[in-house]
Amino acid sequence: MLGYALKRLLALIPVLFGLTVIVFLMMALIPGDPATAILGSYATPENVEQLNRQLGLDKPLFEQYVIWLGNLLEGDFGRSHSLNRPVLDEVLERFSATLVLAGAALILCTVFGLLVGIWTAARQYGWTDRIFTFLVLIGISIPSFWLGLLLILLFAVKLRWLPASGMFAIYGGGGPLDLLTHLVMPAATLAVVATGVIARLTRSAMLEVLRQDFIRTARAKGVSERRVLYGHAFKAALVTIIPVIGVQAGFVLGGAVYIETVFQWPGVGRMLVQAISTRDILLVQGGVVVVAASYVLFNLLADLAQSWLDPRVKT
Amino acid sequence: MTTLKLILRNRLAAFGGLVLLLLIVVCLAAPFLPLADPDLTDPANRLKRPFSEGALLGTDHLGRDLLSRLIWGTQLSLAVGFGAATIAALVGSAMGIVAGFYGGRTDGLIMRGVDMLMAFPYILLALAIVAILGPGLLNALYAVAVVNIPFFARNIRGATVAVAHREFVDAARLCGESRLKIVCSEILPNVLPVIVVATSTTIGWMILETAGLSFLGLGSQPPQADLGSMLGEGRKLLITAPHASIVPGVMIFLIVMSVNLLGDGIRDALDPRLRSGALSRPAAATLVDRKEALSPGRGEALLEVSDLRTEFQVGRRVYKAVGGVSFQVRPGECLGVIGESGSGKSVTALSLLGLVASPPGVITGGAVVFDGADTLAMAPEALRRLRGGRVAYIFQDPLATLHPLTRIGDQLVEAVRAHRPLQRQAAWAHAVELLERVRIPNAAQRAKAFPHELSGGMRQRVAIAMALANDPDLIIADEPTTALDVTVQAQVLALLDELRRERGLALVFITHDFGVVAQLCDRVAVMYAGKIVETGPTGEVLERPCHPYTSRLIACVPELGAGQRQLEAIPGLPPPVDALPSGCAFAPRCAKADAACRQGEIALETRGRRGLRCLHPEAEEVA
Repeated sequence: MLGYALKRLLALIPVLFGLTVIVFLMMALIPGDPATAILGSYATPENVEQLNRQLGLDKPLFEQYVIWLGNLLEGDFGRSHSLNRPVLDEVLERFSATLVLAGAALILCTVFGLLVGIWTAARQYGWTDRIFTFLVLIGISIPSFWLGLLLILLFAVKLRWLPASGMFAIYGGGGPLDLLTHLVMPAATLAVVATGVIARLTRSAMLEVLRQDFIRTARAKGVSERRVLYGHAFKAALVTIIPVIGVQAGFVLGGAVYIETVFQWPGVGRMLVQAISTRDILLVQGGVVVVAASYVLFNLLADLAQSWLDPRVKT
Repeated sequence: MTTLKLILRNRLAAFGGLVLLLLIVVCLAAPFLPLADPDLTDPANRLKRPFSEGALLGTDHLGRDLLSRLIWGTQLSLAVGFGAATIAALVGSAMGIVAGFYGGRTDGLIMRGVDMLMAFPYILLALAIVAILGPGLLNALYAVAVVNIPFFARNIRGATVAVAHREFVDAARLCGESRLKIVCSEILPNVLPVIVVATSTTIGWMILETAGLSFLGLGSQPPQADLGSMLGEGRKLLITAPHASIVPGVMIFLIVMSVNLLGDGIRDALDPRLRSGALSRPAAATLVDRKEALSPGRGEALLEVSDLRTEFQVGRRVYKAVGGVSFQVRPGECLGVIGESGSGKSVTALSLLGLVASPPGVITGGAVVFDGADTLAMAPEALRRLRGGRVAYIFQDPLATLHPLTRIGDQLVEAVRAHRPLQRQAAWAHAVELLERVRIPNAAQRAKAFPHELSGGMRQRVAIAMALANDPDLIIADEPTTALDVTVQAQVLALLDELRRERGLALVFITHDFGVVAQLCDRVAVMYAGKIVETGPTGEVLERPCHPYTSRLIACVPELGAGQRQLEAIPGLPPPVDALPSGCAFAPRCAKADAACRQGEIALETRGRRGLRCLHPEAEEVA
């Protein structure tokens, strides 16, 4: 197991390397001159040329990449021109807020998705199955950013139960309870789509497994139906479900962009949207690298969980 | 068009398709409808509520008519969504087909790139692309299309690889057709359903994502407005004028929902596995739907099966797999049930404790009396206690019948603890003991192995050990040696025979092999098309088979040392059990059959220890 984990970890290196290449190339492809963008359109050609030299933009692309990657590895992601602070500081600060939001959403969608999926599979074609199947259909079709607005209207404006936006109250906030009340709505909104996807997949994976021969063996052994469902069928179904949870992590991290905008959550997604509109390319670059790397790492965890569950994967 | 019919028969999909069609028609008719100019501002009439005069859905913060903006915005959103889907489907499918068809380096290179793109969270990549291209609706379209390409490339590549090495493609290659022609005429038609399914299930996402980018202000720029940017503008006035955000949101939801409904319908129609409706969850016990329950006759038999009938009801078709089977098994006796595949022998075995998958299986008649109680009328808990307790099963192919992700020791422990309140450690010790009893060397170590780590013979021993876990009185073995080679088969049979003599347990042995029956069974019942056609003591039946089918079946067994004898296959096939002929089911394949054989039910006549269902026996029975 440990050897396998190490092997998978080593296999990550080329993936992360390729990731930086793509991000770098993307940013290098941007039309227009970054120096002009920074200095504004009134800059003199001498100023532009000087800044280009200062930024190393007069060197060949490959050399630029090597320098950039070297800086990246040293933790130097450059300096955001719109915020005038190191990119890494800003990204990490924002990313921790995103992690809280996305983590809560991921827990919610995994728990509820699995529960609904198992429940509906166990009661296939019953009326609860129909109701949940319909709810799941709504869940995966509803625009999350719109759902967020509706929730704000209901719970913050009309009922005044929950704060409409932000991560902490401006006055006297900061406690875990304060965070929780701010977290409930955005996390639930963010989780809706992924819950639907996981529930659907769990239902079909369970139904698939329940038809297999080893389930009949379990029943022939006299194992209780409950155990057949949770011990035997669910265990086997998890093998197909776990990779999907890994993929959902990507959707949750990405969907956070909308939810953070709707709920004014100070996360990396909202930062990216702002950075794109202010053309703060280094900030975009830093944000994308950090989020994508965290997604890759999460998928490694999902991989390891799967191989721990399914001994056949390793061989 | 059966596919179209299938989609339309699915009510939800038809509903989705109808809504979508309606929306498309309205959008196409937009220039001809009496709508206000969507961009005409009228500050005097700003933020009018829905249903107010002159503005059915109200106006926005600049006094523009929301209904008009909604219809034009829907047009734009649909166009962008379909555009993105078309680009993603074309480029992605092309990449997938090229990678799958050419293989090798090309494949490696393309798929490596695709994997790379997939390492990014979906929306993040779209954001990064918009960051490069700059905000704008067309750029949002490109971004969403690019982000979806890997999904298509992967799926289509998989489908192409599956097709690329089929016979008809090889044939086309040998005919010297050009690669392009092969791709167009052989590959494309076969992967087209996959492309259609992939498109129909992702197009909803793409519409949603482009709307999302516009919502963030990165898609369509004012004054042009799609649904997403309408929602984005409405959001700023969420509290004072909620209708400005509710209206476009409802529309996005409606579009995506109808597209998803239609997409699911298309997927179900094109996915043959779902089409058969086979994805039904089998219940804990087979459904029993008997006209009348037979009164259990209490004899000396341990197991008494009378007139058992099991059917499979699939749609309007009824497959009568077991059509009135009766037999008895006394304590310590071994009954062999023999027949071709499809004769109903396995279904008979599974019916005894309600293990036939249901749906589609239904037990429609008869009784299975074990030790005085009818198992078909038992409460679920009583049936559960019987299963693996006093009656145990051994199935064929233990690679499929053992849980693939659980150590065999744990599977044995579970079998023990389902019936006895043993502590885990004690149960584990017992499990190791069971493995030793079926002569698995190094049992303590092997108990920690997973099924796939054992050989076929080992796995079969584990299955036997599992059946022995609770000292059963009766073991039902369903072709337990079929998948094994001859030496291992002999070992397993010897083991079963030894256990039977040692513990006096009764055995119902299902097989298609007369050699095995001769070796193990006291009595034999020959099944054909769901009925027992002949039964009697093994030796007698083997020596003097009475039913033509039995004698043909015995003639099929090669004999050691009888080299020159010609093996005779039985001509023809067994009749399909959803269209059984009246009279003797074997008549169409029987040389002796006459008109009488084809009329009416032929009864199983019992004389002494033998029973026979035939009008023209091969040999006179011995009374």
